[in-house]
Amino acid sequence: MRAARHAAPATLPIGSDADLAWVRQQVRQAAAELGFGLVQQTKLVTAASELARNTLVHGGGGQVRITPLDTGQSQGLRLDFVDSGPGIRDLEQAMTDGYTSGGGLGLGLSGAKRLVHEFEVDSRPGEGTTVTVTAWATPVSPSRPGPP
Amino acid sequence: MTGAAGIGPAGGHFTVPVLQLGDVLLVTLQGELHDGMAEQLQQDITDRISHTRVTGVVIDISGVEIVDSFLGRVLAEIAAGAGLLAARTVLAGMRPAVAITLVELGLTLPGLRTALDVERAMELLGAASRPGEGSP
Ligand SMILES: Nc1ncnc2c1ncn2[C@@H]1O[C@H](COP(=O)(O)OP(=O)(O)OP(=O)(O)O)[C@@H](O)[C@H]1O
Ligand SMILES: [Mg+2]
Repeated sequence: MRAARHAAPATLPIGSDADLAWVRQQVRQAAAELGFGLVQQTKLVTAASELARNTLVHGGGGQVRITPLDTGQSQGLRLDFVDSGPGIRDLEQAMTDGYTSGGGLGLGLSGAKRLVHEFEVDSRPGEGTTVTVTAWATPVSPSRPGPP
Repeated sequence: MTGAAGIGPAGGHFTVPVLQLGDVLLVTLQGELHDGMAEQLQQDITDRISHTRVTGVVIDISGVEIVDSFLGRVLAEIAAGAGLLAARTVLAGMRPAVAITLVELGLTLPGLRTALDVERAMELLGAASRPGEGSP
Protein backbone atom coordinates (compact mmCIF):
# COMPACT_ATOMS: atom_id res chain seq x y z
CA MET A 1 0.00 0.00 0.00
CA ARG A 2 1.29 3.41 -1.00
CA ALA A 3 1.17 6.41 1.30
CA ALA A 4 -1.74 8.44 0.06
CA ARG A 5 -0.18 11.81 0.67
CA HIS A 6 3.15 13.24 1.61
CA ALA A 7 3.71 15.90 4.16
CA ALA A 8 4.85 19.13 2.54
CA PRO A 9 8.17 20.68 3.54
CA ALA A 10 7.88 22.62 6.78
CA THR A 11 10.06 25.31 8.33
CA LEU A 12 10.21 25.60 12.11
CA PRO A 13 11.88 28.32 14.18
CA ILE A 14 14.70 27.46 16.61
CA GLY A 15 14.81 30.16 19.26
CA SER A 16 14.17 28.51 22.62
CA ASP A 17 14.18 25.28 24.64
CA ALA A 18 10.52 24.85 23.78
CA ASP A 19 11.34 25.12 20.07
CA LEU A 20 13.88 22.30 20.46
CA ALA A 21 11.19 20.08 21.93
CA TRP A 22 8.82 20.99 19.12
CA VAL A 23 11.46 20.23 16.47
CA ARG A 24 12.06 16.81 18.02
CA GLN A 25 8.34 16.06 17.97
CA GLN A 26 7.86 17.20 14.39
CA VAL A 27 10.89 15.29 13.11
CA ARG A 28 9.67 12.14 14.83
CA GLN A 29 6.20 12.51 13.38
CA ALA A 30 7.51 13.13 9.87
CA ALA A 31 9.88 10.13 10.12
CA ALA A 32 7.12 7.88 11.43
CA GLU A 33 4.82 8.94 8.59
CA LEU A 34 7.53 8.05 6.06
CA GLY A 35 7.83 4.55 7.48
CA PHE A 36 11.06 4.89 9.47
CA GLY A 37 11.50 2.10 12.00
CA LEU A 38 11.71 2.88 15.70
CA VAL A 39 15.52 2.75 15.90
CA GLN A 40 15.89 4.86 12.75
CA GLN A 41 13.39 7.39 14.12
CA THR A 42 15.27 7.55 17.40
CA LYS A 43 18.59 8.10 15.63
CA LEU A 44 17.23 10.87 13.42
CA VAL A 45 15.41 12.64 16.26
CA THR A 46 18.57 12.48 18.37
CA ALA A 47 20.67 13.92 15.53
CA ALA A 48 18.04 16.65 15.03
CA SER A 49 18.13 17.47 18.72
CA GLU A 50 21.92 17.89 18.64
CA LEU A 51 21.89 20.05 15.54
CA ALA A 52 18.95 22.18 16.62
CA ARG A 53 20.66 22.84 19.94
CA ASN A 54 23.83 23.88 18.11
CA THR A 55 21.73 26.25 15.99
CA LEU A 56 20.30 27.71 19.19
CA VAL A 57 23.38 27.77 21.42
CA HIS A 58 26.24 28.38 18.98
CA GLY A 59 24.37 29.98 16.08
CA GLY A 60 22.23 32.30 18.18
CA GLY A 61 19.02 30.77 16.85
CA GLY A 62 17.71 30.07 13.39
CA GLN A 63 15.41 27.58 11.77
CA VAL A 64 15.09 24.07 10.44
CA ARG A 65 13.51 23.04 7.18
CA ILE A 66 12.02 19.55 7.16
CA THR A 67 11.71 18.05 3.67
CA PRO A 68 10.24 14.64 2.90
CA LEU A 69 12.02 12.90 -0.01
CA ASP A 70 10.71 10.22 -2.31
CA THR A 71 12.96 8.62 -4.95
CA GLY A 72 10.24 6.20 -5.98
CA GLN A 73 12.28 3.44 -4.35
CA SER A 74 12.77 4.85 -0.93
CA GLN A 75 11.49 7.49 1.40
CA GLY A 76 13.72 9.88 3.23
CA LEU A 77 13.80 13.00 5.27
CA ARG A 78 16.13 15.93 4.77
CA LEU A 79 16.72 18.45 7.54
CA ASP A 80 18.43 21.80 6.95
CA PHE A 81 19.49 23.64 10.10
CA VAL A 82 20.20 27.25 9.25
CA ASP A 83 21.56 30.10 11.35
CA SER A 84 23.28 33.39 10.66
CA GLY A 85 25.57 33.21 13.65
CA PRO A 86 29.36 33.40 13.90
CA GLY A 87 30.02 30.35 11.70
CA ILE A 88 32.57 27.63 12.36
CA ARG A 89 36.14 28.72 11.73
CA ASP A 90 37.81 25.33 11.95
CA LEU A 91 35.35 22.72 10.72
CA GLU A 92 37.76 19.81 11.07
CA GLN A 93 38.30 20.67 14.71
CA ALA A 94 34.56 21.14 15.31
CA MET A 95 33.87 17.70 13.81
CA THR A 96 36.32 16.01 16.17
CA ASP A 97 34.79 13.84 18.90
CA GLY A 98 35.14 15.66 22.18
CA TYR A 99 35.93 19.12 20.80
CA THR A 100 33.77 21.83 22.34
CA SER A 101 34.20 25.59 22.44
CA GLY A 102 31.86 25.69 25.44
CA GLY A 103 30.90 23.39 28.27
CA GLY A 104 29.48 20.62 26.09
CA LEU A 105 30.71 17.11 25.50
CA GLY A 106 31.71 17.93 21.93
CA LEU A 107 29.68 15.03 20.59
CA GLY A 108 26.89 16.91 18.84
CA LEU A 109 28.32 17.37 15.35
CA SER A 110 30.43 14.23 15.13
CA GLY A 111 27.75 12.10 16.78
CA ALA A 112 24.94 13.46 14.59
CA LYS A 113 26.99 12.57 11.52
CA ARG A 114 27.14 8.94 12.63
CA LEU A 115 23.36 8.84 13.15
CA VAL A 116 22.33 9.79 9.60
CA HIS A 117 23.10 8.63 6.06
CA GLU A 118 24.20 11.96 4.58
CA PHE A 119 25.75 14.90 6.39
CA GLU A 120 26.98 18.23 5.10
CA VAL A 121 28.13 21.45 6.73
CA ASP A 122 28.27 24.78 4.96
CA SER A 123 29.70 27.42 7.26
CA ARG A 124 31.09 30.87 6.56
CA PRO A 125 32.79 32.73 9.38
CA GLY A 126 30.79 35.83 10.19
CA GLU A 127 27.86 34.76 8.02
CA GLY A 128 26.39 31.63 9.51
CA THR A 129 26.12 27.89 9.36
CA THR A 130 23.89 25.44 7.53
CA VAL A 131 23.98 21.78 8.46
CA THR A 132 22.08 19.44 6.15
CA VAL A 133 21.38 15.83 7.04
CA THR A 134 19.41 13.14 5.24
CA ALA A 135 18.19 9.78 6.44
CA TRP A 136 16.41 7.09 4.43
CA ALA A 137 13.75 4.73 5.64
CA THR A 138 15.13 2.01 3.38
CA PRO A 139 18.69 2.82 2.36
CA VAL A 140 19.23 2.90 -1.41
CA SER A 141 22.00 0.45 -2.22
CA PRO A 142 24.27 2.72 -4.35
CA SER A 143 24.34 5.61 -1.89
CA ARG A 144 24.44 3.45 1.21
CA PRO A 145 27.06 4.74 3.58
CA GLY A 146 30.04 2.44 3.58
CA PRO A 147 32.59 2.19 6.32
CA PRO A 148 34.47 5.48 6.78
CA MET B 1 4.58 16.93 47.94
CA THR B 2 6.68 14.51 45.95
CA GLY B 3 7.32 16.39 42.76
CA ALA B 4 10.18 18.48 41.53
CA ALA B 5 8.18 21.05 39.66
CA GLY B 6 9.38 23.18 36.81
CA ILE B 7 7.88 25.77 34.56
CA GLY B 8 8.56 25.41 30.87
CA PRO B 9 9.70 28.33 28.75
CA ALA B 10 6.41 28.27 26.86
CA GLY B 11 4.53 28.63 30.11
CA GLY B 12 3.62 24.95 30.39
CA HIS B 13 4.04 23.20 33.71
CA PHE B 14 5.91 19.95 33.96
CA THR B 15 6.33 17.79 36.96
CA VAL B 16 8.96 15.15 37.41
CA PRO B 17 7.73 12.77 40.10
CA VAL B 18 10.32 12.19 42.81
CA LEU B 19 9.36 9.54 45.38
CA GLN B 20 11.27 8.55 48.44
CA LEU B 21 11.19 4.80 49.06
CA GLY B 22 13.15 4.09 52.21
CA ASP B 23 16.77 4.92 51.47
CA VAL B 24 16.17 5.49 47.79
CA LEU B 25 14.89 8.40 45.72
CA LEU B 26 12.91 7.24 42.69
CA VAL B 27 12.86 9.82 39.90
CA THR B 28 10.60 9.15 36.92
CA LEU B 29 11.40 10.98 33.70
CA GLN B 30 8.79 11.00 30.99
CA GLY B 31 8.35 12.31 27.49
CA GLU B 32 9.82 15.64 26.50
CA LEU B 33 12.17 17.20 28.97
CA HIS B 34 13.16 20.76 28.14
CA ASP B 35 16.78 21.71 28.70
CA GLY B 36 15.98 24.18 31.47
CA MET B 37 13.82 21.59 33.16
CA ALA B 38 16.60 19.01 33.13
CA GLU B 39 18.96 21.46 34.81
CA GLN B 40 16.34 22.32 37.42
CA LEU B 41 15.87 18.63 38.13
CA GLN B 42 19.59 18.23 38.73
CA GLN B 43 19.44 20.89 41.41
CA ASP B 44 16.24 19.50 42.97
CA ILE B 45 17.65 15.98 43.25
CA THR B 46 20.85 17.19 44.82
CA ASP B 47 18.85 19.22 47.36
CA ARG B 48 16.66 16.23 48.15
CA ILE B 49 19.63 13.96 48.73
CA SER B 50 21.25 16.37 51.13
CA HIS B 51 18.00 16.86 53.10
CA THR B 52 16.80 13.27 53.22
CA ARG B 53 20.11 11.42 53.57
CA VAL B 54 19.05 8.81 51.02
CA THR B 55 21.84 6.50 49.92
CA GLY B 56 20.57 5.72 46.45
CA VAL B 57 18.89 7.36 43.47
CA VAL B 58 17.03 5.46 40.77
CA ILE B 59 16.25 7.41 37.61
CA ASP B 60 13.55 5.66 35.60
CA ILE B 61 13.97 6.62 31.93
CA SER B 62 11.66 3.95 30.49
CA GLY B 63 9.33 6.77 29.38
CA VAL B 64 12.10 8.76 27.66
CA GLU B 65 12.13 8.55 23.87
CA ILE B 66 15.52 10.10 23.22
CA VAL B 67 18.66 10.85 25.21
CA ASP B 68 20.92 13.36 23.47
CA SER B 69 24.27 14.71 24.61
CA PHE B 70 22.59 17.38 26.73
CA LEU B 71 20.34 15.03 28.70
CA GLY B 72 23.19 12.51 28.88
CA ARG B 73 25.41 15.12 30.43
CA VAL B 74 22.70 16.11 32.93
CA LEU B 75 22.23 12.46 33.96
CA ALA B 76 25.98 11.99 34.38
CA GLU B 77 26.16 15.17 36.46
CA ILE B 78 23.26 14.08 38.65
CA ALA B 79 25.12 10.83 39.32
CA ALA B 80 28.36 12.66 40.01
CA GLY B 81 26.63 15.09 42.38
CA ALA B 82 24.85 12.24 44.17
CA GLY B 83 28.15 10.42 44.48
CA LEU B 84 29.69 13.39 46.27
CA LEU B 85 26.78 13.21 48.71
CA ALA B 86 27.45 9.50 49.23
CA ALA B 87 24.47 8.30 47.20
CA ARG B 88 24.64 5.86 44.30
CA THR B 89 22.70 6.42 41.10
CA VAL B 90 21.22 3.76 38.85
CA LEU B 91 19.64 4.53 35.48
CA ALA B 92 16.71 2.19 34.97
CA GLY B 93 14.71 1.07 31.95
CA MET B 94 16.58 2.60 29.02
CA ARG B 95 14.74 1.74 25.81
CA PRO B 96 16.70 -0.45 23.36
CA ALA B 97 16.42 2.15 20.57
CA VAL B 98 17.86 4.78 22.93
CA ALA B 99 20.75 2.50 23.90
CA ILE B 100 21.61 1.77 20.26
CA THR B 101 21.50 5.48 19.44
CA LEU B 102 23.67 6.48 22.40
CA VAL B 103 26.42 4.08 21.35
CA GLU B 104 26.47 5.53 17.85
CA LEU B 105 26.36 9.06 19.19
CA GLY B 106 29.46 8.16 21.19
CA LEU B 107 27.85 8.77 24.57
CA THR B 108 28.55 5.73 26.70
CA LEU B 109 27.84 7.34 30.07
CA PRO B 110 30.82 5.94 31.93
CA GLY B 111 30.31 5.77 35.66
CA LEU B 112 26.55 5.50 35.36
CA ARG B 113 25.18 2.21 36.60
CA THR B 114 22.23 0.87 34.65
CA ALA B 115 19.50 -1.70 35.27
CA LEU B 116 16.83 -3.15 33.02
CA ASP B 117 13.99 -1.91 35.19
CA VAL B 118 13.24 -0.14 38.46
CA GLU B 119 12.91 -3.36 40.43
CA ARG B 120 16.36 -4.53 39.43
CA ALA B 121 17.76 -1.06 40.07
CA MET B 122 16.41 -1.24 43.62
CA GLU B 123 17.95 -4.67 44.07
CA LEU B 124 21.26 -3.40 42.79
CA LEU B 125 21.23 -0.58 45.33
CA GLY B 126 20.16 -2.87 48.16
CA ALA B 127 22.77 -5.42 47.33
CA ALA B 128 25.53 -2.91 46.85
CA SER B 129 24.81 -0.65 49.79
CA ARG B 130 27.47 -2.06 52.08
CA PRO B 131 29.57 0.73 53.53
CA GLY B 132 33.10 1.10 52.31
CA GLU B 133 32.52 -0.39 48.90
CA GLY B 134 34.20 1.69 46.24
CA SER B 135 33.30 2.30 42.61
CA PRO B 136 33.86 -0.59 40.22
N1 LIG C 1 25.70 26.31 14.29
C1 LIG C 1 26.92 26.57 14.78
N2 LIG C 1 27.44 27.82 14.72
C2 LIG C 1 28.68 28.09 15.20
N3 LIG C 1 29.49 27.17 15.76
C3 LIG C 1 29.04 25.90 15.87
C4 LIG C 1 27.75 25.53 15.37
N4 LIG C 1 27.58 24.20 15.58
C5 LIG C 1 28.71 23.78 16.18
N5 LIG C 1 29.60 24.79 16.35
C6 LIG C 1 30.94 24.70 16.94
O1 LIG C 1 31.37 23.35 16.88
C7 LIG C 1 31.72 22.88 18.18
C8 LIG C 1 31.38 21.40 18.29
O2 LIG C 1 29.96 21.23 18.25
P1 LIG C 1 29.35 19.96 18.98
O3 LIG C 1 27.88 20.01 18.84
O4 LIG C 1 30.07 18.76 18.46
O5 LIG C 1 29.78 20.17 20.50
P2 LIG C 1 29.15 21.14 21.60
O6 LIG C 1 27.88 21.74 21.09
O7 LIG C 1 30.21 22.09 22.04
O8 LIG C 1 28.83 20.12 22.79
P3 LIG C 1 27.64 19.04 22.84
O9 LIG C 1 26.86 19.14 21.59
O10 LIG C 1 28.31 17.71 23.00
O11 LIG C 1 26.86 19.41 24.06
C9 LIG C 1 30.95 23.75 19.14
O12 LIG C 1 31.56 23.81 20.41
C10 LIG C 1 30.98 25.09 18.40
O13 LIG C 1 32.20 25.77 18.64
MG1 LIG D 1 26.35 20.58 20.29
